[in-house]
Amino acid sequence: MQLVLEKRAERSNTIALVSPLIAIGLTIVTMTILFAILGKNPLLALHAYFIAPLTDGYSLQEIAVKATPLVMIAIGLSLCYLANAWNIGAEGQFLIGAVAGSWIAVKTQGTDAGAWVLPAMLVLAAAAGALYALIPAICKVKFGASEILTSLMLVYVADLFLDYLVRGPWRDPHGFNFPTTAEFDPVATVPLLIEGGRLHLGSIIALLVVAAAAILLGRTIKGFEIRVVGAAPRAARFGGFNANQLIILTFAVSGALAGLAGIIEVAGPVGHLQPGISPGYGFTAIIVAFLGRLNPLGILIAGLFLALTFIGGEQAQIAMKIPLDVTKVFQGILLFYVLACDSLILYRFKLVFPSRQVTRGAG
Amino acid sequence: MELVEAIILAVLAASTPLLIAATGELVTERSGVLNLGVEGMMIVGAACGFAGAWLTGSILVGALLGIVAGTLMSLVFALMALGLAVNQVATGLALTILGIGLSGLIGAGFVGERITPAVHLHIPGLTDIPVIGRVLFGEDGFVYFSVALIVGVWWFLYRTRAGLILRACGDNHVSAHALGYPVLRIRTFAVMFGGACAGLAGAYLPLAYTPFFIPGMTAGRGWIALALVVFSSWRPGRLVVGAYLFGAVTILQLHAQGWGVGIPSQFMSALPYLATVIVLVLLSRARTGGSTAPAALGTVFVPDR
Repeated sequence: MQLVLEKRAERSNTIALVSPLIAIGLTIVTMTILFAILGKNPLLALHAYFIAPLTDGYSLQEIAVKATPLVMIAIGLSLCYLANAWNIGAEGQFLIGAVAGSWIAVKTQGTDAGAWVLPAMLVLAAAAGALYALIPAICKVKFGASEILTSLMLVYVADLFLDYLVRGPWRDPHGFNFPTTAEFDPVATVPLLIEGGRLHLGSIIALLVVAAAAILLGRTIKGFEIRVVGAAPRAARFGGFNANQLIILTFAVSGALAGLAGIIEVAGPVGHLQPGISPGYGFTAIIVAFLGRLNPLGILIAGLFLALTFIGGEQAQIAMKIPLDVTKVFQGILLFYVLACDSLILYRFKLVFPSRQVTRGAG
Repeated sequence: MELVEAIILAVLAASTPLLIAATGELVTERSGVLNLGVEGMMIVGAACGFAGAWLTGSILVGALLGIVAGTLMSLVFALMALGLAVNQVATGLALTILGIGLSGLIGAGFVGERITPAVHLHIPGLTDIPVIGRVLFGEDGFVYFSVALIVGVWWFLYRTRAGLILRACGDNHVSAHALGYPVLRIRTFAVMFGGACAGLAGAYLPLAYTPFFIPGMTAGRGWIALALVVFSSWRPGRLVVGAYLFGAVTILQLHAQGWGVGIPSQFMSALPYLATVIVLVLLSRARTGGSTAPAALGTVFVPDR
């Protein structure tokens, strides 16, 4: 008796709908076991992770703040992944966007620059993120170099470049030698939505991005091309779609969105440029993209859920001394279950009883 | 001359983890599986390796634990990518994300602790020969093992029947399956070998390279190992050249920082990563005539019965 995988005649829509929920359920079961191994009360830990952040207004705002970069980056990545272009360097594009936007903020510091500063920062950050993402895309299209490896290598380069700037030319002279720029001027800061709160304009921009992506994928020829190139490359060639052009386009768009997310994070919740502005948003966004099934609305929900785990992880660390790395383990396990459950949309398990009759027809 | 010897020793030490991890991944990819989780398997190997060595005081136990940890991680990958036919790129990324979290969790209790690093060979007379003495007869066990490993893999791939079958799976899984070879089982073993090597390569870092554990200490070496496999055109001989060249770049930038060349240290630190990008571009460009990658690399295979 053997358990084997068998291709379904057509994709199962039921499983497609429930698979993210099954994945989350399985992850929670696994986490319960992990908490027990760590010697923590699993029920209290799960409460700290998933319920506590939902019970007060501050944490709710904080979830939206954390979800903002995740959703923006993941929307861009989903376009790449749909077109079968593997951009995994969004973290680097995020950092380069943050650096480029900060350049304006640093250079206009203390001057009477007007309201043009913030819009200029956003535009420059998006452009820089797009250009940075174009490096692996062009290397792929022109030379055939693996975009997976080149885009990832550029993350380390971006990280070191940012480190150099805030320790060298851009360091705040009154910052007690800490590696950070001075606090940005009010004109270079993303405005808050609620006075004294945490929610900022970036969350609105993220929602607009979600809406734009939904229209692009659902209502335009370009969106159709992206989906066909990824799902059926041969059909796309017959249809005359240019796969290389789409790699360039999706990389540029995802780089722009990551760069925009970067400057919004720096000019919003952080307020200045410093190392460690991202707790791995660029990588977590990969999970968000898959958990949201590469669908804009799904990504919005998935982004909020992953943001919840970030906040829950912080609260669990404070309240129960659960290490922050548990959050990363949680995210990794979740991605595994999501991918595994997604496999069941296309395949199903079948019990096989090996016998002469069966093997004769093999091959 | 002392400086030359010191530089060669440093290059060998920096190259060894890359060589071990890349050797494992080479075998995995030759069987047709692209496991992008090398970084994750390495970092878990590093944490488990250090934990084992610190708790037992034995480098060997640490190394073995690193191997076991890497193999277990690769089994998760095999279950997903081979058992459930999940996209290999996504599964590999998931493995890396999981590995980084797990290693932080495992290693948390050991940050700041020190161990006695792996002993170096010493043969009186031979080891004392100037310049080449310590290079040839004064290394730690990992360095000798890495050389034996790549020679063994070369012999296995090109001189044994099993190696031929493994390469057949990587080039055309449908034909290999039709000939009656258990493609998925062979690939599972190849993935496990890759995991074991990655785990050992990770364990090398806290056991021999630096005698302590810091979270994230692999610093992208797993990804560089992946790039080295591409660099080598999936051939063991070129892999050795690539790994040592790469180790040399790493050491060169460290020395350049020490000599106080007027370039900010961050730019020098970025060199190995930039070198990887440039090498990938140049090589892929030179190879426009036809790809040397295993033909079935990264493709899903579900045997029909």
